[in-house]
Amino acid sequence: MKLLTVNFLTCAVKGCKGSAASFPLHFEDAELEQREIGYNPTFLSNILPRLDWDAITTTALELGFTNLPATKPDGSFETADEHKVMRDLHTLLMETEVVQGKMVCRNCGHAYQIKEGIANFLLPNHLV
Amino acid sequence: MSRPEETLPPDLFYNDRESRKYTTSSRIQNVQSDMTYRALELLQLNGPSLILDIGCGSGLSGEILSSVSPVDGGPHLWVGMDISASMLDIALQKNVEGDLLLGDIGQGIPFRAGSFDAAVSISAIQWLCNAESSEANPQGRLSRFFNGLYASLRRGGRAVCQFYPKNDAQRSLISSAATKAGFGAGILEDDPGTKKSKLYLVLTAGGGQDQGDITGVVKGMSDVEIQDGRRNFRTAGKKGDRRSNKSDITRKKEQMERRGKVTKASSKYTGRSRRRIVF
Repeated sequence: MKLLTVNFLTCAVKGCKGSAASFPLHFEDAELEQREIGYNPTFLSNILPRLDWDAITTTALELGFTNLPATKPDGSFETADEHKVMRDLHTLLMETEVVQGKMVCRNCGHAYQIKEGIANFLLPNHLV
Repeated sequence: MSRPEETLPPDLFYNDRESRKYTTSSRIQNVQSDMTYRALELLQLNGPSLILDIGCGSGLSGEILSSVSPVDGGPHLWVGMDISASMLDIALQKNVEGDLLLGDIGQGIPFRAGSFDAAVSISAIQWLCNAESSEANPQGRLSRFFNGLYASLRRGGRAVCQFYPKNDAQRSLISSAATKAGFGAGILEDDPGTKKSKLYLVLTAGGGQDQGDITGVVKGMSDVEIQDGRRNFRTAGKKGDRRSNKSDITRKKEQMERRGKVTKASSKYTGRSRRRIVF
């Protein structure tokens, strides 16, 4: 599962709707894998306004990436520096995948297992 | 033709064997890809987008989303949800580019608000009309699904769901659940009356240029006939004075009495406007 998707996933439990602690989900025992995907600057600038930068920073720190800029890049692609920032972002969000581990909601404590890159979001009936 | 919805719940019906059959059948592949291209056309995306694939199965439609050429505004990135682990397993073996999620769409869509540019669903949402356990009911599952979908789309985003309703009741059950969730909804039918007739539920999530109206979406498309069954409210409102008068009131009272309700006795003052008192 790409880190980009993680930036949009919230806890599915009914009681967690509208709770600030249910997003982002926090990783435990995550195993990462790198998979190459074509660099697509148009897609990145389309998705950029929707990213939650605080959540990305939290997730990145949990997984051990520390070279993230403190604020969200504006995606203007004007200087070579900005190009490099977007490249790095592409590598982090699109090419880094979590293949094993679990995601935990800080509000209800529910753990979503990830196996072979697929997260299990099936809930028992009493939590729906 | 038998309906798989009536035999088993989807997570059990699509076991390893059935999933392999579904994915390797060239006929199903053709039908699926035609419908995906049609859905893409209806979505009218104008750039590489993030798309939710509802009931992605083995990623047949996802592969098409990833392979849209840059000239046509692609390639899109997609996230797929499906309830069948066997189907997802085949998607894994095919090494699809999108992300996969094991989940029940009748339990909601676990994404934060405004995540996706668009959503597609090919032959999936009719499964929601079946209750698989005593605790679930179709209405609740449909409303959780559409509410979740509405929230997870960005404003102005569109969803196209191709589905096979069993009958007209199911068809209206689904479309009314969609409009209740706030979507502007319309149903498009390809090849109506034939065996290969296909229904597309086209949904718009607030703020689009063609708010709550899909006749704008299909305008100018070939082979499309617009059947507008809506009342024209602007002309309907002009029919006459809407203030209640005596005949209206007595009619209503009779109606209520027939239902066994107690009404106030009628007199010469019934339906008469009050005398204006000036102090």
